[in-house]
Amino acid sequence: MLAWTIYLSFGGALLIAFFAQGRPQLARWLALLTAVGGLALAGFAFFTQTGVTPVADATWIPAMGIRYTLSADGISRVLVLLTGFASVAGVLFSWNIDRRVNEFFGFYLALIGGVYGVFLSADLFLFFVFYEIAIVPKYFLIAIWGSTRREYGAMKLALYSFIGSAMVLVGLLAAYAVSGGHTLNLATLQQYPFPISFQMWAFPLVFLGFAILAGMWPLHTWAPTGHVAAPTAASMLLAGVVMKLGAYGCLRVAMTLFPHGLDPWGWSVLGIGSWRTLFALLAVIGIVYGAAVALIQNDFKFVIGYSSVSHMGLVLLGLMTLSQIGLDGAVLQMFSHGILAGLLFATVGRIVYERTHTRDLTALSHLHLSRTLPFAAWLFVLAGMASMGLPGFSGFIAELQVLIGAWTAFPIFTIVAGVGIVVGVAYTWRAMQKAFFSEAPASEPAAAASIPAEHAYEPITWAEKTGVVLLLAASLAVGLAPRLLLDQITPAVLALPHTLLTGGRP
Amino acid sequence: MSTYGNLLAILWPESILEIASLAILVVDLGFMRRASSAARMSVASALGSLGALTALLWLLMHTGNIAVMGGALVTNSSVVAAQVGIMILTALVLLLGVSTRFTRNPGEYVALVLLATTGMLLVAASRDLLIIFVALELLSLSLYVLSAFSKHSAASSEAALKYYLFGGMSAAFMLFGFSYLYGITGTTSLQAIAASLTSASLAPITLVALVLVAAGLGFKVAAAPFHIWAPDTYLGAPTPVAALIASGSKVASFAVLIAVTAALAPAWGWTETLLWMAGASIVLGNLAALVQSSVRRILAYSAIAHAGYMLLGIAAHTFASDQAVLLYALTYALTTVGAFGVVAIVERDAGSDRLDAFAGLSARSPLLAATLLVFLLSLAGIPPLVGFWVKFQMFASVLRSPLAASWGIGMVTLAIAGSAVSLYYYLQVLKCAWVTPGSSRLAVRLAIQPRELLLLVLIAIAVILLGIFPGWLLQWIPVVG
Repeated sequence: MLAWTIYLSFGGALLIAFFAQGRPQLARWLALLTAVGGLALAGFAFFTQTGVTPVADATWIPAMGIRYTLSADGISRVLVLLTGFASVAGVLFSWNIDRRVNEFFGFYLALIGGVYGVFLSADLFLFFVFYEIAIVPKYFLIAIWGSTRREYGAMKLALYSFIGSAMVLVGLLAAYAVSGGHTLNLATLQQYPFPISFQMWAFPLVFLGFAILAGMWPLHTWAPTGHVAAPTAASMLLAGVVMKLGAYGCLRVAMTLFPHGLDPWGWSVLGIGSWRTLFALLAVIGIVYGAAVALIQNDFKFVIGYSSVSHMGLVLLGLMTLSQIGLDGAVLQMFSHGILAGLLFATVGRIVYERTHTRDLTALSHLHLSRTLPFAAWLFVLAGMASMGLPGFSGFIAELQVLIGAWTAFPIFTIVAGVGIVVGVAYTWRAMQKAFFSEAPASEPAAAASIPAEHAYEPITWAEKTGVVLLLAASLAVGLAPRLLLDQITPAVLALPHTLLTGGRP
Repeated sequence: MSTYGNLLAILWPESILEIASLAILVVDLGFMRRASSAARMSVASALGSLGALTALLWLLMHTGNIAVMGGALVTNSSVVAAQVGIMILTALVLLLGVSTRFTRNPGEYVALVLLATTGMLLVAASRDLLIIFVALELLSLSLYVLSAFSKHSAASSEAALKYYLFGGMSAAFMLFGFSYLYGITGTTSLQAIAASLTSASLAPITLVALVLVAAGLGFKVAAAPFHIWAPDTYLGAPTPVAALIASGSKVASFAVLIAVTAALAPAWGWTETLLWMAGASIVLGNLAALVQSSVRRILAYSAIAHAGYMLLGIAAHTFASDQAVLLYALTYALTTVGAFGVVAIVERDAGSDRLDAFAGLSARSPLLAATLLVFLLSLAGIPPLVGFWVKFQMFASVLRSPLAASWGIGMVTLAIAGSAVSLYYYLQVLKCAWVTPGSSRLAVRLAIQPRELLLLVLIAIAVILLGIFPGWLLQWIPVVG
């Protein structure tokens, strides 16, 4: 049944691309219908299924031992649900796109279909096919409908993604050849005893390939420029689900297939004695660096863009803890960040920027948005609080779990990451203050013009309100009742290879 | 059956093509002399494709392994696959070229195309040095003349001259290499050469012979450093001819390269030479393509890079990798014919194949822009298009080859890195077609004939379907022996 999330999205994409030409309203409603259908399927599966459920299985290329296999475990179901939320919200927040509408939603739904496919694939070849399908629509979404330096941002993102997937492809081909070329089924390959020397180079190759898409420092630089250049819905998807593809690949493919790649090397440089420590260090640097850079940005979207790097650092740190609670936290953080980044980008990119036509924090500070656009101001207060990890929202429990998991493994890193979270409070506060609650006088030339302009802000549309309610409700629900997700995540985490839960081999 | 009976049986498709080409000359010069040049072109192209399809049908109905003249000419499933592909490609090239207006002698043009196709069929089937050489020359001479067919265009003459000079030189190298091989082994049969090279002590002169042969065949497949003709020929030759050079001729050349490798792989130096050529082609092709502003030249440099990938499969030399190379060459050729079809339409409209001529294509003809998207992404190796599948399959077979134990992972990594780079220049073209707004100089809608569009859409659908259901290809060309 979950397989229909994929078919529905691709079918919707084709339908809109070919039959909604010149009929924007039809394209929008079809897209919304498709996205809601996907969310409904995801939600139904989430609440009715537990454990590992096979979704589809058919022979595909018998000569190569490749099958069309889809299956879902708790982690998949959580991320599929996230994709459902993000896709519905994305359609709602791009309701005002009025140029080449049918192409926009065509590319958009093709991207969504690819993402659903990645989260459900149980065959590596299929996984990779869906993973790459998700790259190309991103390029066009940004290059055609984007804003600041869109062609540069789009090309940078496409090339980073493709280089990452090239690294993954080398690793997959090598794994396929080493294991005898019989199968690419994940569960079967997981049983295959890859030589440790092989795992030692294949693991970092594949992990880094995926980590590029997860925004790991210092390979994160596509993320802020891409997010800033992208149209709102594409930023929401990029931060919301595409970066999760990377993190999911790290966990599902790199770590599960090559668990011994995490073993110590037997020697150490500057206290780093394994890929695990190195990647944890990079993750922590990403947390602090992303937060610090967000603190000094003057473009509102860059603040959110760098905050994504920081939050994804927490996911990667959670993965490297190799403990049940840390991995739980990492997956929970994927969900939480997916929802919250979507909300933040929607606030900044759609609700504020489309009305004020500036994202410059200094310029915004003269506009007194808390009075003229109170909905946006209070929304950002809520979203900002959620994003800095206040209890009651989804971010809190996720960050807590990651830090608890990290404490036993990397105490010093954990302290540094904690500092990064505090800086997170600072940049959110600063952006909120400057953009919405500044008392700066309206600048002289703008003063005369801005008074009528304030009244001219178009009212918040129903689509925006619905999207906001959807995302806020999801974050609050998870924050208040994290068990909703954890009941799905924990059994799936416990089913991972044993060494991933016990801190690896000493 | 007598030897000649067998010979005729194996050469029926070639004979059909010859008869068709003569018939076209008769019809065109005899009955159609008063007709308009458009009508002459349509009739000649239709007859030509009919000839190719008749030969194709004959081939499909007569399968089986035959060898004549002591194995000098063979037919087996791989040969038939290559020949079927070549004939489909020729028919497509002819049908896509119907509305091009580069010549006042359509009959001769189509007849030469069929002659070139005959050469390709023979090249794919020959397993003897002499026949290989003669067939390659038949192919090359037809293509030289065809490149120059646009007589009022200086670029066409330049293309033909470059192609001819480099081609003549490389043919001389190859013949010289063949003569050494004959001197060393005392035979011209590839099978016998393989046997005697295994046992012979390896003299330095063998290496010289191998390098010379590699130079000759490297020219045909446009592998670095013997690629210099390719960009200018792709740029200057009439579009259908460029498409033919890039498609059918490539398939035939790779088919014969596979056969030659089967004979020469035992000798030290052959694999190494192929690997050097492969590495140079991948690096040079991908890097040079980055800075081109003409789409034909981008396709030319990308062809060099693709030749590099395929040479890896040839160097790996297992049954699976040989079949994978054949599949790669066939699907690559199909995709390239499609891409050239789009280029031809845009060029006819805008008078240039530069990137800015493609600007706004998605608004001027969405369907054409969509087919271009499919072709170029398939060339870049993006799933679910067939270009990805054949790359995956070929690299997997290279990694599993016992010959490739020492170099497999390194060269495959280089190739995959190269294809990551290639996305940049393919996206440059697609960016023009899909992102950049069109210039006001050009008409709002692109003038395009429904027949052309239908053909291109069919090719695009084939590229998509073969990527999603590669099993169809594998039934046709099995990769597991």
